[in-house]
Parts: sequence; C-alpha cells; structure tokens
Amino acid sequence: MPPKFIGGIFFTNFMDLLIFKAPILMVQASMDGILLGILFALIAYGMALQWGVMNIINIAQGELVIMGGYVAYFMYVIGIHPAFGVIVSPIIMYFVGVGLYKLVINKVVDRDLFISILATFGISILTQQLMNFIFGADVVVAQSNFGTTMLFDNSVTLPNSKIFSALVSVIVAIVLVIYMKKSKLGRAIRATAQNSRAAKILGVDTEKVYAATFGINAALCGVAGSLIAITFTLHPYVGLPYTVRSFMIVIVAGLGNLPAVAISGMGLGVFEEFADYLLGTEFRIGAVFLLLVLILVYRRFKLSRKREYLK
Amino acid sequence: MKKILLYSVLLIFGLVAPFLFPAFKLQISFLWILIILAMTWDVQGGQMGYNTFGNILFFGIGMYLCAGIQIGMFFPLAEWTVSGGEKTFVHTPTQYFQGFFVGLVAAGIIPAIVAGLIGYGILGLRGHYFAICTLALGIAAGEIAGGIELIGAGQGMTSPPWPKNIGDTELRSEFFYYICFVLMIATFVFLRWAYTTRFGLVLNAIRDNEDKAEAMGIYTMRYKIIGWVVSAFFVGMAGGLMGNMVGYIEPTEVAFAGPTFGVFMILMAILGGKGTLWGPVIGATVFHLFKEGFWTFFLGWQYVALGVLIVVIVVFFPEGIMGWLREKYPEKFGEVIDEADRKAQVELK
Repeated sequence: MPPKFIGGIFFTNFMDLLIFKAPILMVQASMDGILLGILFALIAYGMALQWGVMNIINIAQGELVIMGGYVAYFMYVIGIHPAFGVIVSPIIMYFVGVGLYKLVINKVVDRDLFISILATFGISILTQQLMNFIFGADVVVAQSNFGTTMLFDNSVTLPNSKIFSALVSVIVAIVLVIYMKKSKLGRAIRATAQNSRAAKILGVDTEKVYAATFGINAALCGVAGSLIAITFTLHPYVGLPYTVRSFMIVIVAGLGNLPAVAISGMGLGVFEEFADYLLGTEFRIGAVFLLLVLILVYRRFKLSRKREYLK
Repeated sequence: MKKILLYSVLLIFGLVAPFLFPAFKLQISFLWILIILAMTWDVQGGQMGYNTFGNILFFGIGMYLCAGIQIGMFFPLAEWTVSGGEKTFVHTPTQYFQGFFVGLVAAGIIPAIVAGLIGYGILGLRGHYFAICTLALGIAAGEIAGGIELIGAGQGMTSPPWPKNIGDTELRSEFFYYICFVLMIATFVFLRWAYTTRFGLVLNAIRDNEDKAEAMGIYTMRYKIIGWVVSAFFVGMAGGLMGNMVGYIEPTEVAFAGPTFGVFMILMAILGGKGTLWGPVIGATVFHLFKEGFWTFFLGWQYVALGVLIVVIVVFFPEGIMGWLREKYPEKFGEVIDEADRKAQVELK
C-alpha cells in the first residue's frame, strides 16, 4: 500500500469538491452544519449559564451530554421510542447535576478557576469510565426511524431526525429564555450572575441558585445528549469535543447573548462539516481543537492591541 | 552538611537501586520519568502560575521524533510503520545506539524550538484561557498524529527493539534505567540552579503579579517563553526515552496521553506541593507508589480511582505535601528569611 500524504488527500478532495460536487456539497454541508450547530449552541448556552453565574468552567460538560444521550439509548434498548428521551433525560440529568453540585462543585465555586477546571476534569474521567462500565465501549446509536427528507431532486438528503433535533433545540432555548426572564428562579439566577454578594444581602439563597443553575445546565445537556443519541452516535469517550465546542462558542459569542450563541454555534457546525469534507473525517476533531487554539490566540493579539491603546 | 548527606544518600540509592531491586528496574525508571514530568510541569504551574495542560504535547512530539529518527536514519520510515517493520529491518548495535542518541538529542531540541515558536502566541493568554488552550493543543496534536499515515496513524508504530546480539533484556532495562536516572538528575540540578538565579525570581514575580512585574520593567514574555522552552526540552527527552522503553507508540494512549500522563504530571506536582523544588519529586514518588501498589486492586477501575483521586486532591488537599509540611513545621520547612533583610523591610514601612 503506498503511503498517503495529507497534502494529496487535501488536493484530490478539494479538486473533486470544486469541480464535480461543489454546489450540491455546499448545500448539503451547510444544511448539516446548521442543524448540528443548533445542537452545539444548546450545549454552549448551558455552559455560558453556569460560567456566568458560578464562574466555573465545566470540563465534564461533554460527559453530561453523553450521559444524557445514554438515557435516551437506554430507553431505546428497553423498547420506548428514543425521542421521548427529550422529556425523560433532562429530568434525570437535572438531579444528576444537582447531586454533582452538592458533592463536589459547591466546594470549588469560590476558588481559583484552575481548581474548578481540574476538579471537573477529574469528574469527566470518572464519568467516562463509569459509562464505559455500564454501557460498554462500543459505538451505539438509538434508531429513531424518522426517515429522511430529500431536497432539490434528491441531491440533498436531510435525515428527519436532524430536523427534529434542531426544532426541539430551538423550542427548548425559547422556553428557557422566557423562563429566565419571567420566573422567580430565573430572576434570582440573573441577580446572582450580576453580583452574588448583593443578591445574598437581598435575600437570595445563592447556594440554592447555584445548585439550580448547575441542574439546569445538566438538564440542557440531557436534552442535547438525547438528541445526539438519535441523530449521531454515542461513545463513552467522545465527551471532551463537546466541551471544547461549547467553550469555543461561548468565548466567541460572549456570556448570556443567545442570538450570538446560536449564530456562532451554526458557524461552528458549518466549519466542522466543511473540514470533514475537505480534510477527511480523521482530522475532524483535530480541526475543531486547532480552531479553538487559533481563536484564543487571535483573541489574545486583539486584546493586547487594545491594551496598548490604554498607554 | 545535612543537605549534602541527604543528596549523596539519594544519589547512591539511585545508582544501586537496579541491583537492590532487580525486579522493579522498569518501575523505578518510570518513576524517574514521572519526576521529570512533574518537575517540568512545576516550572509553569507552580513557579510561573501558568497552569498548562499542554506539556504532554512536547512529550508526544519527542516520542515520535526519537523513534522516527532512530528508524529513519537507516530504513525507510513509511515501510516500517506499514508492515510491522521490526521484523523486516533489524538494527545492528552500532546503528541502534547511534540512532538512539541522535534521536534523543533531537527529541529534546525540536520540542524546545516548537515551544519557542508557539510560545509567543499561547503564553500571552491568561488564566483559564491558557489552561483550555493548552488542553486543546495537546488533544489536537493527538488527533492529528492519529491521522498521519507516515507515523502509523491510529494503530501507532513500534519503536526499534533492543538489538538481540548484545545482551538480554536485563541489560536493556539497566541501560534505560541509567539514562532515565541521569536525565532526572540533570533536570533536578538544572532547575535547582535556575530557581536560584534571576530567572527563578522573575518566574515567581510573574506568578505573583504579572502586570506589576511588567510595569517594573521586566519583559515577562521572554522569561515565560524561556521557561516553556526549558520544560519542553526535558519533557521531549523524557518522551523519547518513554517511547523506547514502552516499545510501542500509539497517538492518544501513549504519546499525547492527556488523560494519563498529561493529568499525572499536574496531579503529582499538586500532590507534592506546587511551587517548591522538592514538592514534585515527593509528589511523583508518592503517586507512583500509590499507583503501582494499588492499581492492581482496582483492576479495571483504575481510571475511576484516578478520577476520584483528582477530585479529592484538588478539592481537599490543594496545598500539597510540602505546603502542609511548611504550615505544620515552619521552623524546619519554611522559607528562610534573611534577618537583616526583614529588618530593612520593617524600617521601610
């Protein structure tokens, strides 16, 4: 077998794409990317929520997603349609999140950010292994049997499960935004995010708010995970890319800016699909991680220029 | 006097250990490697206050480079990795040792150059952005290495086996033991010296308050990059050694092993006590003893135990063994403050 070189793969794929498949693949990749990106945005919104409120970066975010996915998969195994996981999974994950908060997170809330990163990294390794023991190391998928939609003379295929997942994500996001605006708990969460000490003085039980925030974040991950279970594949060790994607979306979009989160989520989804087609599937995750590095470095140079203005 | 005694006892122990515990030669060599990893992590994490997850990047680069040069100097690398080349191509002893030493030196120098090149971009990040960025860097390297066919892609590659006609596996493990030991001593002596110079003071100044250090006229970026280059040099060499000792290089489990070595080095430094000279050494020793002693009881549950250990150490014991000792016995382990210096400070106030 002659050795393959990345450059060659890139070039042939690129020419192939440019000449023969360009228009179709453009549409296909963009549609896939957008539908995928809405899911990422949902996870990222959870991360932004806890980051803004508790000042914690949760490396175990991706593991919560996968755990939520396994809830849907478990339902599929015992014979219930996995789409109902969208309802069951967040309820279970809410309690997982609150439990996690009571056990570990409440001890790292006020500490150095690195401690929270490392502690949640530990949780992430732990949950990966537990899921590996319970569900095995195989790649699993929960069949939804939703069929596919063909567009433009059957040249673009869209699985209905992806459309379903995007719709559910949008609905969940809208419900959440309204809940955060109108309800008492939502107001308490927003107050704590602005100034936790002042909120405490004014009678907000911040401990409860933190627990609820982490629970809501876990529930969002549960929704996203159960949608991933029916649209993509599940595996105990693929959590970290979801964490990194949501981190990336949050730093691009900023905390608490939902439209920006949605747009950058979709942008990331499209980027990933194109990287997948251009570089090959084996470099997909690598491209995501490298993109994060590039974004952070770009941000650093932009900020340092801003700092020079102050002189 | 006491110190010299302590150092010489430890040195002699290190020299005779393979004959005292012949069954544990390989384990003790791994301990030296772990000490190197913990000490070099501490340059960033402890002394400089930059909590990196990415030193594993240099470990993996060094590992691939060393093995790649060992093979590539004499045989076509692509054929070696495709077809289980260790059976087709056999190194003669001279070839083996030539390749090994050239590879080891390159495994130190090239990661150091890489660290210098990416340092300006990456080390400008602060706090958790730096942590996540380096985490992503290490994992991206693993994913990309897993896609390159030349170095065996996802299946990995074998590093050259020990030449058969110059002695048995005992000699092999003794050889690697002493190389590891020498590298560990070199790392320790170098860092011990470096911490006493202006360089060490600047690192601590960066940790305490980088903006103030910059305002006082220190070009902090230069020192941060130098610190990273030093770490990368020793970590890369440790990686090259590790690849040869394990005999098999796999992109995400051995070379760019974020969940194992990448976390171990942080955990060991924190367990021993960040920002101290002896902390990482003690932490690595305790961790390695714990790991080797109890891992067999947790058969299959190692990583669960590791996760619990991380959470427990980080949440409940973040000051580490050295920090705890300093608090408990300040007269023995505390920092010695020059009396005249202290008086001058008091007068200034």
